[in-house]
Amino acid sequence: MEGDIANMGQFIGAGLAAIGSGAAAIGVGHVAGNFLSGALRNPSAAAGQTATLFIGIAFAEALGIFSFLVALLLMFAV
Amino acid sequence: MAADQAATLVEAGADHGGSGLNIHPMDQFVIQPLFSDGPVGMFTVTNATLWMALAVLCTVLLLVVGSRGRAVVPGRAQSVAELSYGFIYKMVEDVSGKEGVKYFPYIMTLFMFIVLANMLALLPMSFAPTSHIAVTAVLALFVFLGVTILGFVKHGVGFLGLFWVSSAPLVLRPILAIIELISYFVRPVSHSIRLAGNIMAGHAVLKVFAGFAGALGIFAFVPVLAITAIYALELLVAFIQAYVFTILTCVYLKDALHPSH
Repeated sequence: MEGDIANMGQFIGAGLAAIGSGAAAIGVGHVAGNFLSGALRNPSAAAGQTATLFIGIAFAEALGIFSFLVALLLMFAV
Repeated sequence: MAADQAATLVEAGADHGGSGLNIHPMDQFVIQPLFSDGPVGMFTVTNATLWMALAVLCTVLLLVVGSRGRAVVPGRAQSVAELSYGFIYKMVEDVSGKEGVKYFPYIMTLFMFIVLANMLALLPMSFAPTSHIAVTAVLALFVFLGVTILGFVKHGVGFLGLFWVSSAPLVLRPILAIIELISYFVRPVSHSIRLAGNIMAGHAVLKVFAGFAGALGIFAFVPVLAITAIYALELLVAFIQAYVFTILTCVYLKDALHPSH
């Protein structure tokens, strides 16, 4: 019975960690949306900033990947 | 008793696949030796070795053999080779500046290896070497060590100016220095896990949907359609993650070349 409760905690923990992925999705959407609203105001400057866009998306996404990794570790490694 | 029964049931389900095909999403990342059944040692030829070697071979085929003709009007292979060369060259020049161009060959090698390993991993029944943190950590660690050594060689102690934000108020600077130091040492971690995590997550999602197709019987076409769409997304992710890895390498290189804030 103790093992079952430990498993339950593991799965609940993995599910909670997966919330972080959703939070990262909000962050990435924020970056992309703000880039688009800026790009539509000044389309000629947009092309030069795509590299910055991808760097911003990568940094925002990294933390979501961390939480995804925690979820995976809880599911398969612990 | 009940727990025992449940365990047997679960085992039976795992053995026979309770409903149709039974695919574990993580099975595709298992490293197996190619020529023997023995344990995987330091020099065992595994499926990871094979697919990394194929990625290198494809790079050579594309860049050396593909552009051998040096036609004035390039053919298909030559124009892809020229496009990728120009793309990475412009990226290094834009992000790292003129001095960064000296390190262009290493960055080009990184990009071609990662993008081709990612693309080859999308072939059915293939293996994704970049989904393993061991592979991406080595790539990221070499970038991290190389950039740090380069910074100290070029600027000596002045490289530590990277952590001393001179535009901030004096009171805040020590605190910012600690934060900058932590963020500097987290770089190789996030750099490697971003690539491995994205590729692993994508492939696992594909396998999860493949499992749905086995369980749904006649409605299997729904997950198959979904897999087609996710495949297109994965193709995009394979390129974008290679691009992001390369552009972050360029950013770190720029920090090493111009450490002052």
